[in-house]
Amino acid sequence: MYIYDEIDQRIVDERVAQFRDQTRRFLSGSLSEDEFRALRLRNGLYIQKHAPMLRVAIPYGLLSSAQLRKLAHIARRYDRGYGHFSTRQNIQYNWPRLEDVPEILAELATVQMHAIQTSGNCVRNITTDHFAGVAPDEIVDPFVWAEVMRQWSTFHPEFGFLPRKFKIAINGSVEDRAAVLVHDIGIHAVRNEAGETGFRVIVGGGLGRTPIIGHVIRDFLPWPHLLTYLDAILRVYNRYGRRDNKYKARIKILVKDLTPAGFTRQVEEEWAHLRDGPGTLVQEEIDRVESRFTRAPYALLHDIDAGYELLLKGEPAFARWASRNVHAHKVPGYAAVSLSLKKTGVPPGDATAEQMDAVANLADHYSFGELRVTHEQNLVFADVAKRDLHDLWLELKVLGLATPNIGLLTNIIACPGGDFCSLANAVSIPVAQAIQSRFDNLDYLYDIGELDLNISGCMNSCGHHHVGHIGILGVDKNGEEWYQISIGGSQGSQASLGKVIGPSFARDEVPGVIGRLIETYLHKRDSENERFVDVVRRVGIEPFKAHVYAYAD
Amino acid sequence: MPTLIKRRSIVSADAWRVIGLAPETSSAFADSEDVIVALAVWKSDRPSLANRSGRTGVWLGPADDPAELAAVGAFPALVAVHFPAFTDGRGYSTARLLRERHGYRGELRAIGDVLRDQLYELARCGFDAFALRDDQDATAALSAFADFSEDYQAAVDRGPLFARRAALQAPGR
Repeated sequence: MYIYDEIDQRIVDERVAQFRDQTRRFLSGSLSEDEFRALRLRNGLYIQKHAPMLRVAIPYGLLSSAQLRKLAHIARRYDRGYGHFSTRQNIQYNWPRLEDVPEILAELATVQMHAIQTSGNCVRNITTDHFAGVAPDEIVDPFVWAEVMRQWSTFHPEFGFLPRKFKIAINGSVEDRAAVLVHDIGIHAVRNEAGETGFRVIVGGGLGRTPIIGHVIRDFLPWPHLLTYLDAILRVYNRYGRRDNKYKARIKILVKDLTPAGFTRQVEEEWAHLRDGPGTLVQEEIDRVESRFTRAPYALLHDIDAGYELLLKGEPAFARWASRNVHAHKVPGYAAVSLSLKKTGVPPGDATAEQMDAVANLADHYSFGELRVTHEQNLVFADVAKRDLHDLWLELKVLGLATPNIGLLTNIIACPGGDFCSLANAVSIPVAQAIQSRFDNLDYLYDIGELDLNISGCMNSCGHHHVGHIGILGVDKNGEEWYQISIGGSQGSQASLGKVIGPSFARDEVPGVIGRLIETYLHKRDSENERFVDVVRRVGIEPFKAHVYAYAD
Repeated sequence: MPTLIKRRSIVSADAWRVIGLAPETSSAFADSEDVIVALAVWKSDRPSLANRSGRTGVWLGPADDPAELAAVGAFPALVAVHFPAFTDGRGYSTARLLRERHGYRGELRAIGDVLRDQLYELARCGFDAFALRDDQDATAALSAFADFSEDYQAAVDRGPLFARRAALQAPGR
């Protein structure tokens, strides 16, 4: 955790007071609906189908157990006893009362949390790799840089009313686990030949209704210039991004209109003025931010734990869980563990207050009191000793958080969809549940192997369907819910966008269609090592299409 | 007539009149009047505007480039930046460019959809005068400048917090 100092705390406290006053003025009628809208959105407060929806920031997905207990308390006291972890590593509450929101924010501030800029046309919560700080292939700890950028973006006076929302992701490892190619700005840490740290800067990627892979506009930006360079990009976007059509207002459209080369030239011209200015970072600040992060006091362990190895051999169910949900760690004798929030029958990403409290206790016991939220809507204990893995597994099973499906078909990413969201064309969660039920047989699931299945209820793409190996998109056809299916998308360094296989399907047809896509894959793959997405890349979408539509009327 | 806040206090008598923003009103003005004209007017009529007995200011629309104003020569007596809607954030960049790049030191006035809840950020970007929208409670709006006591990032008013932080922290904290 980054631990606030007195100034960080004061800024958040002042925000609570400011929003309390804004809410009071709205409720007393002196602030209009439209004016309050822009203000509440910047505090993550939407007015949704049933009630307001409050999105609480979990900066770069990192939480302490005390914070998680507070989130559980808020779910219990102000909501209906649960919360929904989103693909932006945040948590959403679907049933708070508007009148209670200032109090909720005040409670959050007591554990150094807030809802600042979780919505609105401003810089949103900055996301990163959920294995930050523990990944063996790490170049820099992205948490430190994400916190530096969090502070820079918090109430940035110039960029509070951009043409559209703005999402930044940073990745600190060789492998991209932060989806930097599909963000408004993606920052990828790199080292140059001299061994100096810098960043590759990628602009204009995104999903939504115009999915596009970002363009590298700078191969190596020395780290002191990170914030001034961001200022330059944001200024060009703020001044020239389209404001006449919200569907063409994201930075990707500006990059396209100016061409990547033209956009880069403008940014560089702007940056020529800002370079080496007051916003230039200094080593003391990086050291200060780094020193305010808690660090796990690791025990000195052998990397191979004999007891763990023995249990792996003796208990197939444990071994299965370990093969999917346990991940490599840079410290000998430790592992990172995924807690699956994708149990069949539970809406993806949902957690009850009781689960949150129990997870907080487990985090204290097994992982130095901290955890992460992933963009795949699961939780991660980053620092578990291998000798404790079996005990942890037993406890997670009781809580329903040990589903061994990380990376598999049933680890579905889904937005809240039409059950909750007023933007959605169609429901997402019932579709996810129907697919999970169909593939509930673990042996079959493991035979299918690695497969990302992502569902969005509309083309705002909160469920990242474009980068799913299988993507499902809810569409509206004359007021009815239909589902368009694409295949061949992927996230990470080899990011690609899926291709639509053909006309869309009714909701009850979807599990069957997924079944036929899987049949095609199993038939076409050359070995168990060839993943679904690899087969799509090798043979194209035609064989899949043929098999699926052979059954259609 | 909008209420004007200037250097953190309410100004009751303000002589400036904005010309050419509201299409229904005449763009004619008297020689002795203090007027704020559009950038295009300033660029084309500057010699005759300079010979008036009244003062002349210039307003910039959200798409106007402040570099064009700077290129004309000496700055006018006042610069205003128009916000057609408070959600149009281009004027914040315009203000910073005027202050930080083009060296404008005179009065910088926000006009148009100028509301209490944007004053703090507007001030950070270099505005020192605010012609509030008619319905705004000016006295209540004055408290907006104290919404926050610290800011993280560099802007016109001050440098980044990281450059000040050590000095702000009490010893031993």
